[in-house]
Amino acid sequence: MADREQQVLDRIERARRRRPKLREERITMSHGSGGKATHTLIEAIFLDAFRNPLLEPLEDAARLPLPGDGEAGGGVTVALTTDSFVVSPLFFPGGNIGDLAVNGTVNDLAVAGATPLYLTAGFILEEGFPVADLTRITESMRDAAAAAGVAVVTGDTKVVERGKADGCYINTAGVGTVPAGVNLGVAQARPGDAILVSGPIGDHGVTIMLARGELDIEADVTSDTAPLAGLVAGLLGAVPGVRALRDATRGGVATILNEIAKAADVGVLVAEDAIPVRDQVRGAAELLGIDPLYVACEGRLVAVVDGGQAEDALAALRGCPLGAQAAIIGAVTAGPAGLVTIKTTFGGTRIVDLLVGDPLPRIC
Amino acid sequence: MRFVDEFRDADKARALAARIAALCAPGRQYKLMEVCGGHTHTIYKHGLEDYLPESITLVHGPGCPVCVIPMGRVDDAIHLASQPDVIMTSFGDMMRVPGSNGAFFDANARGTNIKMVYSPLDSLKVAKANPGKRVVFMAIGFETTAPSTAMTVLRARAQGVTNFSVFCNHVTIIPAIKAILDSPDLRLDGFIGPGHVSTVIGCRPYEFIAKSYGKPIVVAGFEPLDILQSIYLLMRQLHEGRSEVENQYARVVPWDGNPVALKAIGETMELRPYFEWRGLGFISHSALKMREAYADFDAELLFEVPGVRVADPKACQCGEVLKGVLKPWECKVFGTACTPETPIGTCMVSPEGACAAYYNYGRLNRQRVPEAISIEPSRP
Repeated sequence: MADREQQVLDRIERARRRRPKLREERITMSHGSGGKATHTLIEAIFLDAFRNPLLEPLEDAARLPLPGDGEAGGGVTVALTTDSFVVSPLFFPGGNIGDLAVNGTVNDLAVAGATPLYLTAGFILEEGFPVADLTRITESMRDAAAAAGVAVVTGDTKVVERGKADGCYINTAGVGTVPAGVNLGVAQARPGDAILVSGPIGDHGVTIMLARGELDIEADVTSDTAPLAGLVAGLLGAVPGVRALRDATRGGVATILNEIAKAADVGVLVAEDAIPVRDQVRGAAELLGIDPLYVACEGRLVAVVDGGQAEDALAALRGCPLGAQAAIIGAVTAGPAGLVTIKTTFGGTRIVDLLVGDPLPRIC
Repeated sequence: MRFVDEFRDADKARALAARIAALCAPGRQYKLMEVCGGHTHTIYKHGLEDYLPESITLVHGPGCPVCVIPMGRVDDAIHLASQPDVIMTSFGDMMRVPGSNGAFFDANARGTNIKMVYSPLDSLKVAKANPGKRVVFMAIGFETTAPSTAMTVLRARAQGVTNFSVFCNHVTIIPAIKAILDSPDLRLDGFIGPGHVSTVIGCRPYEFIAKSYGKPIVVAGFEPLDILQSIYLLMRQLHEGRSEVENQYARVVPWDGNPVALKAIGETMELRPYFEWRGLGFISHSALKMREAYADFDAELLFEVPGVRVADPKACQCGEVLKGVLKPWECKVFGTACTPETPIGTCMVSPEGACAAYYNYGRLNRQRVPEAISIEPSRP
């Protein structure tokens, strides 16, 4: 590479490390994509306003050390998270907004290493919304909560005029307890660590896209929405060297990999042919010109594990039905710091950057 | 997966790369232009340049439909979308192309209703579902997409849909290639020809490139092995001193094109006297407009279009990039002021744009990436 080109790349890297500025005067759909614009919005508006040490790690759940009667008389660590669901359509193959709302919050707690315990449920309903649909949704929530071993313990209901919402939006918040000694975070990734995914990626996003019926494509694919708490408990029980877990929702696996590279100031290198993707999902993604790496999952996690325990972690994941198709997809490297690179099936090398724009709004 | 995996075979790529390297004359530098943005995207997405010797440089051409739309046309489209009861439909690529006052996304945040569609025919569905609205399709693209616009108009007429029209921005590839061949600041050795355009127009229209300009051209498919094989065919022509039109993409491209598609275009559209291309300026007979017989589907006649001309931002060097004179990273604002999230120029917007492809996939010193994935226990 010419020196001049390297200088340009260095200049770009410096520009990328600057604090992001929100330039838009109004919110656009990109701000909800989970990609670059979402990160900028969070850092420039929300983090700026609410900044505190508990929020700052920007993990899926906040870790709250509470004084009190924890084990051996010490304090307990509680994980707290919240998530809103605006998925369209409300019902799709493999699930609906109800189980999605339960599993999404359960998973945010699970990947923080917490045992999910209690959930809240807030409903924003549009005038005219069929009660039969609401019943189906709440029944799914009930079943999903039972499957995940959590209870919905408080809630809220608001109704807005026709046209002011799209049927039904749900917010859930959840709390769980973090066992002593568990402290996961992407900032702890170190060179030599292995990166795993717990199963085929992109099922949920492609399912939603096809369920909208706007594309004349049919494929036998269903959402992967599922609670990950059991899978996580099995993994943490078997492998002490788990450094970080993330569930790959909006923005997909690529977004998580970028968060690892950025938070730990390391490189991330993955092999395209090691990443499990179902043929149906790959096919649909090829047709639509999207990359499965950016497509949302709702029941898959990315794990960063000490390299020496990679095989143990793989075995632990595969030992659980939800992780039967888990795979080691890559490693943490010393450099190039802050960048995610991929060895393509074709044999070349390229960057995997944060997504710009939103190919698929309202996925969850 | 069939029809995909066999065109991404790393073993075949290595074999082709060795044959390409063997055709390079010592000390000679080769500049090959891939005309089409789809090729640019493939080259970066699969890391194809890893297989090329240093003496071969790929120059990215003007064949990115979104990239060549001038800012004024974006402003015109937003003006159309702002008219009462208008729903505009557009390909997703267009949504983020900056006009002088923001892109379609920003216009939507201010209140317009510009919907993304995958096919122009979807616009017809939108029109039928919204009889009280006027649906305008923002038609862009080369001869690749023009037939689908034409078919949509023909279908709209056959079905008596009256609340649908087209804001026609279709352009044609040959005048753009000619403009590049006539450009004094660029010396190319050969062309990787646009595959999708050629499914419609065939290979004959490129003969002047080989005959009058003495440059080889190989019409290429869009998988990475297609492109690598096309580079091999170009190098073989150069090695043997030939300049011909070859068709690497024969599994899709008929030599004479697609007569049905050409007829549909000819039925509904005609050449404009001239059209402004971003970065290339006005090029005569380089774009299409609706024929008078289809005036009732021509948004430029049904609505008042301001026809604004907006100069490109001074810092933007998209024109130089589109002509292949500058590499993306050589532009002064590349990656700092102009990024995919805050693009100044069109080349940074479309996934087919050379700047976006380089920024998203290629912004990388390959020597600094480890050869293999190595997983090892951490040392305390």
